[in-house]
Parts: sequence; structure tokens; C-alpha cells
Amino acid sequence: MIDFIGNRRKAYLLSIILIFAGAISMITVGLNLGIDFTGGTVFQLNLGDEFSLEEAQAAIDPYEELEGAAIQVVQGRDLAGDPTDEGLIIRGPYMDDDRRDAVMEEFQNRFPRMDMADSRVESVGPVIGGELARQAVLSLAVAIVAMIAYITYRFEFKFALATIFALLHNVLVVLGIFSFLQLEVNVPFVAAILTVFGYSVNDTIVIMDRIRENIQHRKKKDYVEVVNQSINQNLVRSINTSLTTLFVLIALLVGFHYFIGSLDLIIFVIALILGVFVGTYSSIFIASPLWLNLQDYKFNLPGRKAVGN
Amino acid sequence: MKKAFKPGLFLVLIVLCLVIIASGYWSFHNAADRDDGIRRGLDIAGGLYMLMEAVETGDREVDDDAIDRAIAIIRTRIDELGVEEPVIAPQGDDRIRIELPDIDDPEQAREIIGRTAMLKFVGPDGEEIVTGANLDRARAERNPEISPRPFVSLEFDREGRELFAAATEKFYGEPISILLDDEVISEPVVRAIITEGQATIEGDFDYEEASELALLLRSGSLPVELRELESRLVGPTLGQRTEEIAAVAAGAGLALVLLFMILYYRTAGLIAGMALVFYTSLVLFVLSQLPTTLTLPGIAGLILSIGMAVDANVIIFERIKDELRSGRTLRSAMESGFRRAFRAILDANITTLIVTIVLFILASGPVRGFAITLFIGILCSMFTAIVFTRFLMRLAFKAGAIQSGAYVGVKES
Repeated sequence: MIDFIGNRRKAYLLSIILIFAGAISMITVGLNLGIDFTGGTVFQLNLGDEFSLEEAQAAIDPYEELEGAAIQVVQGRDLAGDPTDEGLIIRGPYMDDDRRDAVMEEFQNRFPRMDMADSRVESVGPVIGGELARQAVLSLAVAIVAMIAYITYRFEFKFALATIFALLHNVLVVLGIFSFLQLEVNVPFVAAILTVFGYSVNDTIVIMDRIRENIQHRKKKDYVEVVNQSINQNLVRSINTSLTTLFVLIALLVGFHYFIGSLDLIIFVIALILGVFVGTYSSIFIASPLWLNLQDYKFNLPGRKAVGN
Repeated sequence: MKKAFKPGLFLVLIVLCLVIIASGYWSFHNAADRDDGIRRGLDIAGGLYMLMEAVETGDREVDDDAIDRAIAIIRTRIDELGVEEPVIAPQGDDRIRIELPDIDDPEQAREIIGRTAMLKFVGPDGEEIVTGANLDRARAERNPEISPRPFVSLEFDREGRELFAAATEKFYGEPISILLDDEVISEPVVRAIITEGQATIEGDFDYEEASELALLLRSGSLPVELRELESRLVGPTLGQRTEEIAAVAAGAGLALVLLFMILYYRTAGLIAGMALVFYTSLVLFVLSQLPTTLTLPGIAGLILSIGMAVDANVIIFERIKDELRSGRTLRSAMESGFRRAFRAILDANITTLIVTIVLFILASGPVRGFAITLFIGILCSMFTAIVFTRFLMRLAFKAGAIQSGAYVGVKES
């Protein structure tokens, strides 16, 4: 049996360092918010021909909104592995439909073989950007409250509290890494974070369920022993499930990266992969040990006393 | 204690597995050909998504009635363009969401949707004579006898006819202005008293522009002005390519998971693998039967749920192994393993379901599609793990295909 409880302070320390480093990154560099949150325009164009960055730059030069906009070259492959046409992605501030059409026309004139069917133009006004950000925060908050309620109902309040702490820990660590690597945060990222919520709660609850069961079967309540035993009993399952989930996610990541080149979905998958790692880690090293620590406190809150006190 | 091998039951098991594999292959194949009856979102199928905000025009407030009328008018305009399965729906108090799959000319579509198309005939004294509300018919015509350029011919309803007749009598020999969205497009001089309520708009346009104007006039003027808040235009090839890659990745991921499960859990792993293939076809089937929309995040969610679907089986198998280690017989270990794992699976999955419900209520667009897909995925995986795997395991046990702990991956010591 591995002594998770005895070593829990090391895990806490590691997590605190990670969260602290992430917080510093978020304060100094911040998150790389995408157009969903800030408003803006993204052109992803398949120009149909080889092109140089200078040529692409020349096409956007007449448009002052796009001054200084970064041009990113996208290179995908078809299913046989042969490279497809090079494309480009330009990110700029919000432009109204007339301005966007003008940019598109400019490219169409300069690159007559441009393939609109393999392109996209997305534009989000500033009003919507703010709304989507609020919507994201609201979804996170509502999901947390709903999960606290359910876990309190099915287990007890301290389980819920420990689970939510672990969840917030996961979100902070993933956000920190995203800030540090300056990966773009868009609406799908929020969906990924929420899925990671579901995933790590899933993982945590299975361990909690074991703790609940093991306590009922014991006469003397040695919580340290019980928690350690429960984590250990669940270890193989935690690892195996993470592995199978990672298999599919990594297949997806490799597929998108290799064949599509660049896509918002890659970031979505990266968030999920990070989430699976952090979620598994926290369900083993943070959630259950934290519950143990919470035993020292008394809460006068309603909740089914599934765990004997 | 060895259990007797029963060839009859074993054959049933094999046939069942073959059926599952065949159905899995079939649904996968159909999904790859998009022949599965599942509706694709605009991010996959390609198309134009727009979120418009209604803004008051001079004399009309933005209320439910105005939004409803605007939607009806936009629908008429879109239908005339021949776009299939358009979505035009109110969102919030003053917004209209428009989704147009398979659009050829997004610029034209936007032009046609957004134009208020307020037509007014105004006399030389600035008095309004008649508006587009009294129009009965409008169409583009070409007639060299009337005009060298294409024009729009109009026909008013009864009230419009009377107003028009009175005005042409009053302003005989004077110019009348025809305004579209407060812009003068034509200023003909009245040369006859028109009692049949017919008029033409001649202007500097080609036939296509004349048709577009006629279309706008036919559908009526928007009661409110629409302003763009958000617009996403995705080409059909781009989304299709992504879906193809995702399908290939899903297949590869599934194969890896199967391999892992068989290596680790042996016969039980093979059964879990069968359950997983069954699960995949089940999800695809359910998705095709429900009016849901599959989006790219939705596909990712689906693929993620494949990985997670195995979880229930892993929980069950680990439970069975635990029970075996504590000295139970295989039969009772299997039964109590399933029973005890059930509660954990239920609680764990319900919390994930809560997240998807929150997302469904609060989010919009592709994320909402993601929530629906994940929700369906979780329900199907619970059903598969709790009902289907159990059934297969029992069958395998009875057939003698699972004879000892080694068949569940317990190392003999």
C-alpha cells in the first residue's frame, strides 16, 4: 500500500507552487483571450496557391484595422499524408461586414484561386464578447453549486467541499498553464474546463464512494487508514481510466495537429488532456486527503450523514 | 473448480459479438459517409451563422411583435433564396439568430437579410403618399418599350390604389420621389393619373439587382433595423475535413482502448470492448433519432465519452478482482462486483450529467451541441456498462468462456 496520506503535505506543496506560479503568470501576462471573449475577427483562408508572407502582408496593408495583425501559416495534410494547400490565419479587431468583405475581395483579387469552401471568417462584436465571458463564469458557478448540492445530498457536505476544492484547484492549474503557454482561450475552452469538472468529480466520487463503504464496514473509525486504503483500492482503476481516456484524446490531438495544422479544437483537446492529468492527480492527492483534513472542523450544515460521526 | 464449457451458449456469444462488430462497422461507415441521419452544425457542414440585434427605427419600437414580424419577413426572403433548412429564431428580447447551411453567396444573403427595405412614395411637398405596406406585388421586368434598363414593376392593393390615384391627380406633372430606406432611388414625373395602382421603379440597376429589390419589396419591410452582433462563416470543405480527421482519430483511439482492455482484463476486457463497440453504435443511433445537432466540440465530447465509457467497466472489473481476492467464488464476485460498482457509477455519472445540463441551459451554439452530445454519451455509457456488459458477462460465464479470475485479469499466484 502506498502511503498517500502520510505524503499529502508534499502534494499540497506541489499544488500550491503550481497554483502560485500560475497566478503570477495570470497577473503578469494574463490569459490569451480569443475573439469569443474580446470581440474581433478571424480570417482563415485557403489561398489555393503558394504564397509568401510578404504577399499576404501586402494584401492586408490597406486595412488599418489589421495593422500589426499576426499572420499565421497553416499547413495541413490529406488522409494520405500529402501536404494540402497552405492557408493562413489572420486575427484582428472587430470589423463590420463591409470591411470584412473588402478584405476578402482584396485576397480574392490577389489570389484568384482562393478556396472559399475551405475558409472561414468569424467576427464577434464587443457586446457579445463580454456576454460570452459572463456566460462562461456563470456556467462554472452554477455547475459548482449544483455539484455541491448533489454531493451533499448523496454523501455529506465535507465530501462536497473537498471535491469542490479539488475542482477549483484543477481549474486554477489548467488556467495557469494556459496563461503560461499563452494558449488561446475561447468558448470551447470553457466547455473543456467544465468537462474536466465532470471528469475529475467522477474520479473523486468513486474514491469517496469507497471511503463511505469502508467506513461503514469498520467498527473503529481510523480515518487515515480508511482513506489510504480507499485510494489504494482505487488506484488501478484511476490509472486505467485515465489511460483509456488519454488514448482517445491523444489520437485526436495527433490527428488534428498532423492533418489540420491549426485549429481551435486542438486547444480544446489540450485543455481536456491537461484536465485528465490534473483531475486524476487531484482526486488521488488532493480531494480525499483534504476531506481528511476537514474532519478537524465542524460544520453545522444540512446534509445526509452517510459517513458516521 | 472448473466450469463446464457449453458449446451452444458459446456459439450464441460468438454470434452476438459478430453482430455487434458488424453493427459497429456499419454505423461507423455510415457516419463517415454522413449517411447517418445526424444533423451537422454549421461548424461542420459549413454555412453562415449570424446574430442580429433589432434597433428601433423612427416610428417602431422593438417588442415581441416587431421581432416576430421581422423573423417572418426574413424567412420569406431566405426562402426565396432557396436555402435549405434555415434557422431563424428569436434570442433574448431583441435578437434574432440566423443559421444558413449550404450558402452559396453569403454576401448576398447578408444583404437580403439586413435590408430594412422601407419603401415610400413621397410627393414634392414632402408628404408621404403610400408605403411598401400597401404593395400587392413586385417583380423585376425587362421591357425595352418602357425602359432600356431592367426595372421593378409594382402593383398596389386597394387602399394603395386609391391613395396612389389621388396623389397622381394632385401632383400631375410634378416629380414623385421613391425612397428605399430613406434614400431616393428614383424620381419619376407624373405623366398620367394612375388608377389601376401600377407603378415602376426605374433606377441604375441590372436585372439581378432589380430582382433583389423586388424580392425585398415583396417580403415587406422590416419593422425594425437589424445590426450585426456576431457572424461566423465557415466553408463546407473545412468542416468536413475536420470531421473526417476526427472520425479517423476516434477509430484509432477506440482500437487503442480495445487493445489495452484486452491486454489488461483478458476475456473480460474483450467483453468490455464489445460493449464499447455496442456503445458507439448506440450513441450514433440515438443521435440520429433525436433532433440534435452535432458540432465539432460535440464530436470531441463524443470521443472523450468513448474513453470515459470504459471507466464503468474498469470500475466493475476492479471490483470483481477485489471480491475475488477476498476469497469469493467467481460467480458471487461477479454479482457483488456489479452490485457494488453500480452506486459509484451512478453517483459519478450523475454529477457529470449535472454539468452537461448546466451547459445546455446556459451556453449557446457549438458548446450547447457539445453538452447534448456528452449528455447522450453518458446515458448510453451507463446503460451499456450496467445492463449490456452485465448481460454479456453472465452469458460468457454460463458458456464457460470465463472460468476463473485469470479471465478477468487476476494474476494467478
